[in-house]
Amino acid sequence: MKNPVFILLLIVAAALTFGLARWVDNAYGYFAGYVVLQYIVLSTAWNILGGYTGYVNFGIPAFIAVGAYSTVVLHKTTHLPLIVMMVIGGALSALLGMGTGYLTLRLRGTFFSIATLAMAVVMQTLVTNWAFVGGSRGAYIIRPAKVDYLGLDYIQYLFLMMLGLCILAVATARAIEKSRLGYGFATIRDDEAAAEASGVPTLKLKLIACALSGGFMGMAGAPLPYYVTYLDPASAFSLSYAVNTIAMPLIGGTSSWLGPIIGALLLGTLQQVATVTISSALSLLIVGVLLVFFVVVAPKGILGWFGK
Amino acid sequence: MDLSFDLLGNALVSGLLLGGFYAAVTIGISISFGMLDIVNIAHPAFILLGSYIAYIMNSNFGIDPILVAILASPLFYALGVVIYTIYDHAFERRGDSALRGLSFFFGLLFITEVALTLIFGVDYRLVEASYIGPTLHFGVIDLPMRLLVPALVSVAMMGGLHLYLSRTFIGRAVQAVAQDPLALRLMAADPSRIKRIAFGLSIATASIAGAVLIVIQPIEPSIGRDYIGRIFAICVLGGLGSFAGTLLAAIILGIMENFTATFFGPSWAPAVAFGFLLLTLAFRPSGIFGRA
Repeated sequence: MKNPVFILLLIVAAALTFGLARWVDNAYGYFAGYVVLQYIVLSTAWNILGGYTGYVNFGIPAFIAVGAYSTVVLHKTTHLPLIVMMVIGGALSALLGMGTGYLTLRLRGTFFSIATLAMAVVMQTLVTNWAFVGGSRGAYIIRPAKVDYLGLDYIQYLFLMMLGLCILAVATARAIEKSRLGYGFATIRDDEAAAEASGVPTLKLKLIACALSGGFMGMAGAPLPYYVTYLDPASAFSLSYAVNTIAMPLIGGTSSWLGPIIGALLLGTLQQVATVTISSALSLLIVGVLLVFFVVVAPKGILGWFGK
Repeated sequence: MDLSFDLLGNALVSGLLLGGFYAAVTIGISISFGMLDIVNIAHPAFILLGSYIAYIMNSNFGIDPILVAILASPLFYALGVVIYTIYDHAFERRGDSALRGLSFFFGLLFITEVALTLIFGVDYRLVEASYIGPTLHFGVIDLPMRLLVPALVSVAMMGGLHLYLSRTFIGRAVQAVAQDPLALRLMAADPSRIKRIAFGLSIATASIAGAVLIVIQPIEPSIGRDYIGRIFAICVLGGLGSFAGTLLAAIILGIMENFTATFFGPSWAPAVAFGFLLLTLAFRPSGIFGRA
């Protein structure tokens, strides 16, 4: 399938999703749906680096938080529309990804993973000590009630933005897969030394993957302050973002763009249900157990069951 | 900022003691990551498990936390053996230890943390022992026993491990598997078995590290994460797998953190370790003793 056709299909799917949400017309539906959509973006973004090049990023909360806190700053200082804030948050996050990558990607892959884990704590410490964005007390963001020019409630608007971001992220991931860039990524994943020896510019490709992956995570994080209306470092840097974002592609299957979506839909929905019916701590436990179970027993994820 | 000699001296001494404790926390990673090349990021979670076992036995039966840890360490050894067996079969033999192996340990870290939260809640827990309260005084220098005892325990543990690894057959085999598993196989020793023993030992140290942790500070399930950066910073800076290097790096970090906490405020202390780690990885990935 050619990329434009695929994008068209994605837009149709997104329109159907939004139509369905309008038809159900339940405010909670938008709140729950937003989280699932956010995880589609996050796990697709993680998979661009993790699944395609084989580098594990544990610092997901840092990238989300860069997006989210850039929105907090912009909200306090300017009156930019949300979409511009998302672009700015994404750009900052992409820079963070490139910076971390530049410092550590020349080393063994595990060092990069450890560095990302460390980076998340450094960022959290910085934000906790930064009074302008609320420090450890957190920041309150007043969400506008409506978006007048679209005639939508703000939560519907957020839902719509995240849906748009999903299209962008999934289309990018799929376009990469069958491109020169994607084949380059795959050589890094399969045998980096051989790739380097055959003239693949591995460092450059890894930096591109880091920037793309980080950028999408930052964009997904940018609307977060408006969604939660109260953002504090402990919840912005919560480990559950990291574990979910890693578990979803690994459960769905890391080899293709479809895996993260399957994982995000399944786990995201499961968690929404489990959080309401059981408890949020237990639903996180389920995610952790599923993650360990899948990496041990079904290394190719759900896609592997269908011979992919 | 009033930079007096007392303050400086005390920050130095307690940093030194803290460093001794950090060495105990790191030694398990020095074995598993430094020697076996297994990136066990779940190690801090096992340390906390050790802390909570010490807490249960101490609060219910009044047993000394460090004694509990020594008694519990065979259990931790067994746990390590089980985990390594799974890891070996699922990842190392498939040649898939990078992406999935890392995610496996990340999952274990998360499961342990959430499980501890579900059982014990997020309240801070602490233990009681005769040496937790008192402080020795030498002139202007204070020597709190609750830092001194952990530092001594950890140095003793490192000494014991060092003797074991350098004097016994199995110990030397562990060092050999770190250098060249193929050569070890040619000597008719099974690398998997040696690694299993070594990984078991590394988890056994978590039991003792956990007990000294809860002696030093009250604990709650999520503080393990703060130690991930510290542990790996020390391990990398100490030059992967070198015990002397680990001890020195731990002391350097302990002193730097203490100075930061004393002069800039405790909320900045966690950034020291992680900043240190990032700088080490960026500029000196082979550690202070490394050959560049």
